[in-house]
Formats: sequence, C-alpha cells, structure tokens
Amino acid sequence: MHQPLQLPVQQPPGCGMSNLLSSSASAACAILKGSVVCSTVRGNPYAGLVSHLRAAWLSGKTRPLEYRVAQLEALGRFLEEKKQDILEATALDMGKPSFEAYFTEILLCKNELNDTLNNLSHWMKDEHVDKNLVTQLDSAFIRKDPYGVVLIIAPWNYPIHLFLVPLIGAIAAGNCVVIKPSEISKNTEKLVAEMLTCYLDSDCFAVVTAGVEETTRLLENKFDYIFFTGSPSVGRIIMTAAAKHLTPVTLELGGKNPCYVSDTCDVQNVARRVAWGRFFNAGQTCIAPDYVLCSVEMQEKLMPALREAITEYFGSNPRESPDFARIVGDKQFKRVRALLSSGRVAIGGQTDEKERYIAPTVLADVQPSDPAMQEEIFGPILPIVVVANMDEAIDFINARPRPLAIYAFSCDSKVVNQVLERTSSGGFCGNDTLMHVTLTSLPFGGIGNSGLGKYHGKFTFDTFSHHRGCLHRNMGLEAINSPRYPPYTQQKLGLMTAAFEIKRKGMCTLL
Amino acid sequence: MGRMAEVVGRARAAFSSGRSRPLEFRLQQLRNLQRMVQEKEREILAAIGADLHKCGHNAYSHEIMGVLGELALTMEKLPSWAAPRPVKKNLLTLRDEAYINPEPLGVVLVIGAWNYPFVLVMQPLIGAIAAGNAVVVKPSEISEHTSQLIANILPQYLDQELYPVVTGGVPETTELLTQRFDHILYTGNSAVGKIVMAAAAKHLTPVTLELGGKSPCYIDTDCDLAVACRRITWGKYMNCGQTCIAPDYILCHPSIQSQVVENIKATLREFYGEDVKKCPDYERIINKRHFKRIMSLLEGQKIAHGGETDEATCFIAPTILTDVSAESKVMEEEIFGPVLPIVSVKNVDEAIEFINRREKPLALYVFSNDKKLIKRVISETSSGGVTGNDVIMHFFLATLPFGGVGNSGMGAYHGKHSFDTFSHHRSCLIKDLKMEGTNMVRYPPSSQKKLDWAKFFILKRLNKGRVGLIMLALLGVVAAVVIKMAFY
Repeated sequence: MHQPLQLPVQQPPGCGMSNLLSSSASAACAILKGSVVCSTVRGNPYAGLVSHLRAAWLSGKTRPLEYRVAQLEALGRFLEEKKQDILEATALDMGKPSFEAYFTEILLCKNELNDTLNNLSHWMKDEHVDKNLVTQLDSAFIRKDPYGVVLIIAPWNYPIHLFLVPLIGAIAAGNCVVIKPSEISKNTEKLVAEMLTCYLDSDCFAVVTAGVEETTRLLENKFDYIFFTGSPSVGRIIMTAAAKHLTPVTLELGGKNPCYVSDTCDVQNVARRVAWGRFFNAGQTCIAPDYVLCSVEMQEKLMPALREAITEYFGSNPRESPDFARIVGDKQFKRVRALLSSGRVAIGGQTDEKERYIAPTVLADVQPSDPAMQEEIFGPILPIVVVANMDEAIDFINARPRPLAIYAFSCDSKVVNQVLERTSSGGFCGNDTLMHVTLTSLPFGGIGNSGLGKYHGKFTFDTFSHHRGCLHRNMGLEAINSPRYPPYTQQKLGLMTAAFEIKRKGMCTLL
Repeated sequence: MGRMAEVVGRARAAFSSGRSRPLEFRLQQLRNLQRMVQEKEREILAAIGADLHKCGHNAYSHEIMGVLGELALTMEKLPSWAAPRPVKKNLLTLRDEAYINPEPLGVVLVIGAWNYPFVLVMQPLIGAIAAGNAVVVKPSEISEHTSQLIANILPQYLDQELYPVVTGGVPETTELLTQRFDHILYTGNSAVGKIVMAAAAKHLTPVTLELGGKSPCYIDTDCDLAVACRRITWGKYMNCGQTCIAPDYILCHPSIQSQVVENIKATLREFYGEDVKKCPDYERIINKRHFKRIMSLLEGQKIAHGGETDEATCFIAPTILTDVSAESKVMEEEIFGPVLPIVSVKNVDEAIEFINRREKPLALYVFSNDKKLIKRVISETSSGGVTGNDVIMHFFLATLPFGGVGNSGMGAYHGKHSFDTFSHHRSCLIKDLKMEGTNMVRYPPSSQKKLDWAKFFILKRLNKGRVGLIMLALLGVVAAVVIKMAFY
C-alpha cells in the first residue's frame, strides 16, 4: 500500500542531538554534533544516518559492559517513566486495555530487561570449549562479538514490546541500533520517536519513522543484522533486500496457529484458556490460537463454555468492556470483518465500523474452504473446524504451512504428546495458549513460513552476537606440529590420525 | 515436472514418511557413511588427486580424517544432542514441563565447493543426517572427479530417496535453487552467496553461507619468526593456496619483511625440496580459468620468491610478493592461490586499522609472543574465526563453531554446531489442565489486585538470590491456593 511521505520528526530541544532524517527524496541531511552531513544521493536519504551510527560503532563505545548496562538501565527508566504515555498511546492506537498494555508492553519487557541485566556479564564472557589432543595446551573459546549496526523493524500489534525486547538483546550484545517502529500504530510510533531517544545515546541508537516507501529506501543500506517482525510476504522482501548485502536476518512472522481440543478435557478450563488467548488484544496476536480443531461433540460442549468465558471476561456487551481492544485500522477492520462469512456465527458477530469494533466471535462448522481458513485471522474471531479424531486433526495441521504455535488440549498427556511429536511449529503449548512465550528461557521463533531465527532471554543476546571460534596456540612445542608438514610419510600420517581422530567409545583401535 | 522438482519432491515425500527421524535410523545411515569412507578410501583419494593433483597423504589428512572424526563424534554424541533440553522455569511454570525439543527442519540442500570437494560436502551431510533431515547433495561440478564419485558411491550406502546427489553446473544449480528447501548450506564465494540467499528468500528458507574473503595474518616483531613462518607456509601453500581459511596476506613491520621472506623460503625448501614442480606433495590450480585469474594478480608486483608457472599443468610455484601496495589488484580479491603478498605496517595499531577498513574475513591470524597483543587484535577486529600463533587450526576443533561474518558468511557448523544448524529448536510448554487458580489473575475483567498478582508471578527481580527464589516459590504455591479460593 502506498503511504504518503512522512514529514521529518523533529527532536524537542534539550533532547540532545537530532537523529532523524528527512525522508524526502531530495538532499537529505543529518545534523551531527554541530556539523551537517548531507547525503545528496537521491535514493538513499538514510545513508548519513547509517554512516553516523557506523562511525560510532567503529569507535568502540558500545562494547564495554558498563556502557551496555547504562543504556539498558536507561531503557528501564523509559519503561518506568513513560508507562502512562505508553498505556495511552496503545489505547489510542487499538483500544488496547491498560491491563493488557501493562502486561505485555511494560511487565514482560521489564522481565527481559532484568533477565539480561542479571546475566549480561556472564553471557559476554568467552565460552571455553572442550579441546582435542592436538589443542590440549591451547586456549580455545567462543568470543561473542557484536555485529555492528543492526536494524529492528517492529509491527503494530505490540508496538513497544516487539521492538524493545529485540533492542534489549541488540544493546546487550554491543551493537548500534536503528529502530523502525510501525507507522500503523501512529501514536506509539510518535511516542517512540520523540521520547525513546532522550534516554539512549543518540550517537549509537536512532529511531526512524517511515512508511513502506521509506522503509524500502532504508533497506538499501547495509546493516550487519536485520530483525524483522511482521507478515511472511514482507518477510520475503526483507530477506531479499538483506541478501544484497549478505546481511543475516531473524524473521518473526506468522501463520494460522491451530488449537486441537480432544474429547477428554475439562471443557470449562479449555474454553477459558482458548478464549483468553484468542481475544487478547482483540485477536491481534501472532501466537493467538487461530482456529480450533475438535470433534462435533466437543464443538457442542465448547460453545456454551466459550459463551460463559466471554461473558465472564467482557460482560454481556463486550463493546462496553474496558478490557476488550479494537482493530488497529480501517483496512484491517474491513479485512477481518469479511472473514465473518464463514461457517455460522454461534457467538458474537456484531461489528461497528466507526469504532472498529468486532465482537468476540465464535464461528461453528467452518469449512477449510471458508474465508476464515484462507489467511491468518488476526482478529477476534475463532472458527471451529470439525474433525473426526486426533489423527485427522494432525493430518489437517500437517497439510498446511508450519505455524508459529500449535496448541493441544487434553487431559490425556499421551494425546498432547502425539500432537507435539507428529507436527512441526515454531513453538508448542500443551493445555494453554500464549504462555510459552512468557518464559524467557524458551526460544521464541518460527519455522518455514512462520519465520527463521529466535529470541527472548539469552537467545536475543545470541541472535545479535557473532559467535567467533578462537584458538590461541602456543608458539613453542613446534615438534608437535611436525607430523602435519610435508614431505609426507606414512609414519607422519599415522601420528596425525592418532592425534586428530576421535575414536568411538567402546571400539578398540589397533595401531 | 523438471528433474530437480522430482528429486526434491521424492526427498520431501521420504521425509514426510517419518523414517529419517528415529535415532536408530540416523545412526544407521551414519554408520553406512563411515563404511563408505573406509571401503571407498582408495577411490576417494584418487578422485581428489585427479581433481587437485593432491597426493594420497594430503588428501587423507585434509579430507578423510576430518570426515571420520566428525562421524565418530556425531555418532557418539547424537543421543545427547537430540534429547529434549529442559529449561529454567519461572514461578508461574514451576509445575509445568518446559523444554526445547530439537527437531529436523525437513529437506536440506548442501552445496559443496571444489577446493576440498569431499569434506565440504560430507561434513554438512553428517550434521544434516544427524538432525533427522532429508538431504539433497550438490557437489561442485568444477571438481568433476570427486563430484562424479560422490554421485556414484553415496547411493550405494545411503537411503537413495532421502539423500539424493544432484550433479551439474550453473543451470542445474539455478533450477535446484527454485525448489523449496528447509535449510540451505552453501560453501563458495560471496557473489554466489548473495544469489543463494536471494533464492532462499523466496521460500523464507534459512541459510548457512560459508564464504570467503582475505584472511589477514599479522606478524608481530616480538615473535619466533622461524616457527611463525613455518606454520604460515604450511597453511598458505597447502592445496596450492586454495583454502578458504588460508592466510591470504601478511602484515608486518618493514624491518622484518626480508627475514620473513627468508624463513618462508627455507621452509618451502624443507617442505617441497629444491624442485617444487617435481614434488608429489604440491598441488595444482584447479583449472585454467583460476590459473589465469591468479596470474593476473602478479602483474606489476615485486616477486621476492617463486613466480614460475606452467599453464599446461596449471602449476604456479609458491610465490612471495614484497612491498605490496594496499591498492593493488592482488589486495582487492581473495587470492585463493599460492601467492603471498607482504604489506608493510608500522605497528599493530596500523594493522588493526588496515584490517577493519576491509570486509570482515573468514579467518584472522596473529603471531606474537605478547599474549596481550593477541588479545587486543582479537578484541578490536571482527572475523569468522581466529587462530593465534598458528593458521588453519581452529577449523579442526569441532567444539568451535566454523563460519563467517559479514561478507565472509553467516551461520556456522562443525560438531554439535552442525546438528544445531540443521535442527529446529522448538519450545515446548506442557501445562496441566487443572490448577486453573493461578490463571485467574490474567483473565479479564482486570483489576488492580489482579495486576499486582501478575507482577508477583511474572516479574523477575533484579539480582535474585537462590534463597530468595525458594522463598518466592513457596510463596507462589501459597498464592496460587489463595487466589483460587478468592476467585472461585
């Protein structure tokens, strides 16, 4: 979709240096420490910004532990001091309930921050590795090097969390970072552009506000890592752009996350957990249960349980509940509304275009050919597709692109394990929804169409680090090396084989 | 349907059947590979010899030994690598099962290179099989004898549908790259690396690119020059310089340049005798195209040693260039030949600056008696890997990840790193359908009380001690009961 060109966002005075570029196609200028650097290259208005960050990177200032800790603590202060602004901005952007906003945008981010601050010095240390016979007297370790200047592109649905959590890892790993928040969550974008940079070192961290066209320009620059969260189709574009510079990427994408409900289960609890996961943020969650697979009998049982859970959560008129969000934009609203003509509306179905309100909706007897089953729903609609049994559910899942998450509910742990073992997905949660991503020790990422790479906790630090294999040898003891030098003899070969080859345990070797 | 689509389709169907997943199957295939390497050793050495004029000993130590070592390591460790990896839990998940499950990705493509044509196909293949994938193997057509041999012998030992070998040149590889794979490991140059990644992007296929660059070698004035030069000579001229991690060029103070040259000359005599051309231990350039390419790098250079060539046999003598200018052609591209330029630098600062002005290399070498200097060079530069006081050797330690950064590549493999590269690390959280009590804090309608409980359960505190954790755990259990009673 063609976005109009954005006006440059000016930094309020007293906020340190301006660090954002005009995105007009004519001469673009960056103001750097009193001197003006203009990039007159028409198509690359961000060249100045990127080279400024690269110069800061080359100066080495982001590498010391103390620097990284200081920047991370500043992020913590941002979350604490701008808490209210964040809650307000996300409420304006998509009617995000303040409980949800607090939970995902503040609490979970603080979690990641504390996890990182608690462990950073340990993560940064050289990782010593087991040595073989030849290297016994050497020092062998994996060094965690920053990549350099990295780019984080965030989506609109959890607009703070989805740039901040990667940012924590990028800073922790010692990089300079360009942050590109989503232009669709306009209020949060403005907040981030105006306020974040007051907390961070503007030599090394910049926020770019950009629509589709400007982001394309931005991607023409060489970055040392690109972290993207968004749709698979844009993911392809990002990776193609990255390929031009051999830039490694992490792509956190999406898909249709199936939710299998077996016949043996506590229906009320299932309904609560599924409804919670589906209607959180009005369904605009990459790991939301996208559709339910269950038997026709279970569909019968689930329906009243779901109705009860929805009423418990949002009251008899969810439109009046402060705990239910709205769709982020008109385009998205129209797209999701069109999906309602699938199966039959068993619960909800009401919409209001002005408010971009779609009621928590459950669709029964949905067919695989229905609109709701053709794309990721990303809205508060839960289709139920009837299958005969678990095997049919597994076949159904495996016939489709691998999703970001798979959910399976059953009192029988064997059923849960079967679904886990016979399918493939980014992550898996048995007997609940969403929760696997709140554990920072579990890697969060997709597979196939749902993405590549992973993060959260130490995985974010590792994502933004180059793991450099280092061997520091002894200058002496040259005699040990002599078998490897020409002229080659059978005897030398025998010695080499003995020194290098790792024998399988339990196998005897005749020398 | 094209031939490639057919081959890949068959591999995918074979993978979907599930038979590559059981550990016993993977171990069986690896054992078969081991048998293949042992039983076909002579043929393998002959093929490599035909491609690169490489003597049996060299071929064995460069290519066979590493493969056997990797096989032994992988077979021994596979059960532990493939086992679910439990993770640390938080208060909320204390009663749950939380672990990372390593799973196969699906159908993997391995594209080999011609310089070490056997090991560069085999090592990735071992990791990919170990991780439970189907693997399409595409050896380099430039090392045609080895490529043909692999195409012949692999199907004799391995499951033919799961691990097909595809031969061919650019057109076949291009067609192959239009197919969807679940991971591509490519070894070769940066230009083709970009093409591979762009093709992979269409299918959102993760890639490991083992590329190249100019691996610098800094020799400090404070070092045992005789030892350093012997090690450098070994690493530079092995395989006639056609090694992705060969020391590409030397950086040193002009005062030791002539000593370096003398030491290397002496070592060359020691290694290859008086007449290198007659020495069976010295290889040849792979083909005329590369021969001509390397020749053109010598134009206008001061040849301190070597320079003899013979186009008919693609022979280039071990050559040293001195007083090389940083702007000359030989300093622009990866040499990949037996030509060693020496560039003068005043000190280590200049060396570091020189290195950092250029693309990140695959390997970096520094020779010095001063440990602090070596540490400094490592800390102030970036490269795929490093060996201090030697060359090449970090490649042979399987516990070190082997890969590039920036222009020299992305991703890594060897040993467990191969297994991890070719696996999907799936997060698994298995909860109880009961114990709904603790979930109540997250459900709407929201309240301050619920928010406070949520903070209690979720929020990691800074610098938690172990005792604190146990206390919190106990409190958590109490809290769960209390909440259940309060909200039910």
